[in-house]
Amino acid sequence: MLVSLLLVAALPFLLFTGLYLKSFLLIHDYHLSDLLFSKEWKPASGKFGFYPFIIGSIWVTLLAMVISAPICMLTAIYVTQYTKKTMLRILHPAIDILAGIPSVVYGLWGILVIVPFISKYLGPLFGVKTMGYSILAAALVLSIMIIPFILNIIIEIFKSIPIELKEASLSLGATQWETIKHVLFKKALPGIIAAHGFGLARAFGETMAVMMVVGNVVKLPHGVFDPGYTLPALIANNYGEMMSIPRYDAALMFAALILLVVSFFFNLIMHFFIARYNKY
Amino acid sequence: MDIDTKIQIQNLNVFAKDQQILKNINISIPKNKITVILGPSGCGKTTLLKCMNRLTDLYPELKVTGNIFINNQDILQAGEDINNLRQKMGLLSQRPYPLPMNIYNNIAYGLKLTGIHKRRELNRKVVSYLQLAALWDEVKGRLREPASRLSIGQQQRLCLARGLAVNPEIILADEPTSALDPISSKSIEEQFIKLKQDYSIVLVTHIIRQARRIADHVIFMYLGEVIEEGPVSEIFDHPKMEKTKQYMSGAFN
Repeated sequence: MLVSLLLVAALPFLLFTGLYLKSFLLIHDYHLSDLLFSKEWKPASGKFGFYPFIIGSIWVTLLAMVISAPICMLTAIYVTQYTKKTMLRILHPAIDILAGIPSVVYGLWGILVIVPFISKYLGPLFGVKTMGYSILAAALVLSIMIIPFILNIIIEIFKSIPIELKEASLSLGATQWETIKHVLFKKALPGIIAAHGFGLARAFGETMAVMMVVGNVVKLPHGVFDPGYTLPALIANNYGEMMSIPRYDAALMFAALILLVVSFFFNLIMHFFIARYNKY
Repeated sequence: MDIDTKIQIQNLNVFAKDQQILKNINISIPKNKITVILGPSGCGKTTLLKCMNRLTDLYPELKVTGNIFINNQDILQAGEDINNLRQKMGLLSQRPYPLPMNIYNNIAYGLKLTGIHKRRELNRKVVSYLQLAALWDEVKGRLREPASRLSIGQQQRLCLARGLAVNPEIILADEPTSALDPISSKSIEEQFIKLKQDYSIVLVTHIIRQARRIADHVIFMYLGEVIEEGPVSEIFDHPKMEKTKQYMSGAFN
């Protein structure tokens, strides 16, 4: 048991070391700031600028969070505080089904529904010409993918708050909404942060569904209707191909290393916030 | 309604899905006295208490019928002003549930709900209610600490102070000492005896000795019914009903 424990504990470190060694060729020959902040991606002429991919990933992830966070919060509050328990019994299977659908199916659905919807209706509505394959399409598909995960956790958190706390606030003369806003929300905050952090990490690493609808164009996006490219999509699209180009292999490993480091920092920041708000 | 009566309960029935929790309750709670609702676990004491400030609303499976008059207003008929009504009753539950805030804000939360927002007035009142609950000396240097860091006995006194801060007329206490050590329990009981000058106190308990120590008026309940009601000396020394005699002699335990 100790061995397996040590093995699990050492895995992140081993992964990091492995990726670092594999991408060493690239890191050794270029400045780190050049790799991270250069916009030029021309592997054939030895130019490896990851900036468009990093920015693409950030846009897609943040936009997905902006869409899903309010939906999750409002749904969780409504279903745990305002409706009868039967509503929850209807919602739970729906959430479980959504959570179990493979991401390639979400991607297909994105191509068949979201992409045409954006190019035909949403784009023209805002006066933008777009193919539909865009940051927005990826974010929409992603948000629907992460909603079940975030929502499930937040519902459990609200359900775990003792009813006596609610009674205490109501008996002081607070309304239902004041109680939710000032007491229940505060009590649930560490868990809500953790739930969104979890969703964020999932969204950042999601590969297949995003790759299918984001457009995969190496270019800095200037708006949500522009196509983009994300780090996981870069790896999945190119690994095993074009390996004859020097350092290409190392570049893809470097992309994986960025993903690993970023998710590590996500975790760190999340723990900081949870500890910060968990004192009550 | 009698001038000395604070709460008048008439024909109160509470039904859950397949059983009746309270059966035709008719009692009156006297003003500025400690009324103890006594009875074994599961006899409906807590439900009766929750009817009085309509926390039964939170349990959609409960159906409540009858009348509960407080200051001649039937609170079971009250609509939107239920929040104001609840403010007239401070609640103390079995275990302390401090709000997820610091010690100061636990008191200030209720004060703000009553419309007090000026910083200076808040400060003054927070101090005075902490003193009233005999907690001030222990927390005066640490008002910005989370309330959850207090000991459980201190938390319960904080909850008492929090309940008093909204300026209630009645204190509803649901076995408030059941989670506390003997010293903290004693402190709460002493507070109650002091507070009854200004408040009408309803205390739910299953501890006979506690009832004897602090009660003025006793309501004895068994299986959802009120068996006997009267001044403490009468219930303890000259109970009329056989059930009451049995419980007082410890036969139920």
